[in-house]
Parts: sequence; C-alpha cells; structure tokens
Amino acid sequence: MAKLYWEDFSAGQIIDCGRRLVSADEIKQFAAEFDPQPMHLDEDAARATPAGGLIASGWHTCAILMRMIADGFLLESASMGAPGVDEVRWLAPVRPGDELTARGTVLATRASRSRPELGLVSMLYEMFNQSGTCVLTESCTQMLERREPATAAKAASA
Amino acid sequence: MNYFEDLKVGERVVLGSYTFTAENIKAFAQQYDPQSFHVDEEAAKHSHFGALCASGWHTAAAAMRVIVLFNQRDLAARKERGERVPKIGTSPGVRDLRWVKPVYVDDCITYASEIHELRAGRRPEFGLVVSHVTGTNQNGELVYSAQGSVFVERRTPGPSN
Repeated sequence: MAKLYWEDFSAGQIIDCGRRLVSADEIKQFAAEFDPQPMHLDEDAARATPAGGLIASGWHTCAILMRMIADGFLLESASMGAPGVDEVRWLAPVRPGDELTARGTVLATRASRSRPELGLVSMLYEMFNQSGTCVLTESCTQMLERREPATAAKAASA
Repeated sequence: MNYFEDLKVGERVVLGSYTFTAENIKAFAQQYDPQSFHVDEEAAKHSHFGALCASGWHTAAAAMRVIVLFNQRDLAARKERGERVPKIGTSPGVRDLRWVKPVYVDDCITYASEIHELRAGRRPEFGLVVSHVTGTNQNGELVYSAQGSVFVERRTPGPSN
C-alpha cells in the first residue's frame, strides 16, 4: 500500500479498520495492569457485580480500537500523532469472545494554520460487536504530514 | 470517595504517580499502538517527538490505574473506620482528552482529580460525578488532561433524568 498523506483523506470517506477477537486472558491482563476492578479481573468476582460477568475495561476497549486503527491504515500513513480525543462513549460492555469490528468516518479535513508541513483530519470511529451493537464511539483529530507542504503548494499554483 | 451528596465541586485530590519506562512504553505500544515513535528508540529519534514516547492511551490507562488504586485505598480506610462506603458505578465516557506534551522514558507522571460538576444520573440511587483529571510530569509540566465521569451512589435516592 502506498503511504497515505493528509491529502488522501476527504470528508465522508469511510475507512474499514478490520476485526479483532477479544479473549478473557487479554481482558484480565490489561485490567491487572491498568484497571484492577473485580468486573475486569476475575470471572467469579465479575458475576457478583452489576456487569454480571467479565467485561473489558473501557480503556482497554480504547486501546483495542487504537490497535485496529493502527492496523487499519495508520501504520501505512504519515501520522504525526493526535493532540487529543474530543469524546469517548462507552455504550455497551465488551465481553470475552466478542468479535469487534471498527470503522472510521472522515468528518472534515483542514490545513494547519501554524505548521505548513501538516494537516488535520477529524474522525468519528465506531466499534461494533458481533451482534451489530455499537460498543464505543470516539471522535478525535489526527495530525498527518502533507505530501506537499502548504507553502510549496501555493508557490506551485502561483 | 464520599457519597454523592457529600461531594463538592472544586474538591481536588492528588491520586498518585506512575513512572514510564522504556520497557513499559514499548510493551504497551507493541500490543496496542505500534507506531514507530512508541516502539523503537532509533526511529523515535528521527521523528518529530525526538525520542521514544508513550502512547497517549498508555498515559490515559495509567491515569485509570492510579484512580482505581486510590479509590481502593480510600475505601479500605473508610471500612476500617467502620464507615459505610458508597458503590462506585460505571463510566458513560470521557471528554476532552488532551495529550498536551509527550511523555518520555523515565517521566514520572502525578495524576490529580478535581470535581467539575455534579449531576443527576439515569438512576435515582446514583449521581454522576464529572471530574477534571490531570497528569503532570516531574518538571511540573501538564502532559495530560481529561474530563472523566463516573456514577457514585447516593445516601438516599434522589432525582434522575
């Protein structure tokens, strides 16, 4: 795949970020390190909580989405990271054995006012389980290198 | 954590710290965010970050760890004193996550939380606590901030929406 630059993204574009199976071991491993609460750590303890069984930490779901985005297109792009995320909504629990799919929709693109070498892409990511239930939405802005820096492009068209 | 009714906007607590190492930065990133500046020192040197730095999701997950451990210590201390303790529910989401500055190897990030808003929740037994969580490095620079939210039990059921 050719490397993707800011110019390759346009509003309305939908990017498939593939699928990923979530295991009980992975849920427990993440939780032990970052979110050691009973509903994320242990099947028996989780059954006694309102979750009714083992569920993934919401932060784990965010991390899984990050990996799906990375594999989906980001590792093949001239990514310069992200300044932040505007909103994450944890809409439904993620359980062991869930097969998650994710897609990104390009909401808008704009040039950086201060840095001619980069552009910004606003994205909405949605993650679904195997029943089609949306488990997570995330809206964020990503920074990507431009194939042609803004000043050079202007000079070329002048 | 107090019962919902006993919480006040503006209350701030220092939650604890987390130290980022080359090992934990790379281990997290290899699993969840394998961009070259998070997994490879040499590649990171030539990136706009200038050195290996943590995935933003690692910085956010470390905040969660520090929050959970703080709450566990706090609840244990309250139980020890014979106090009733509130149930802490789920979180509907988080807003305005900002990775203000990169987090590099050997950075020790201290996380703090300040109550921003107290709202009625969907269930009368719980209220929604919206907190501003920040992470500051050993030089006093803000590196992370987010608006977190969590349901906290009320002493007596209240209004819902």
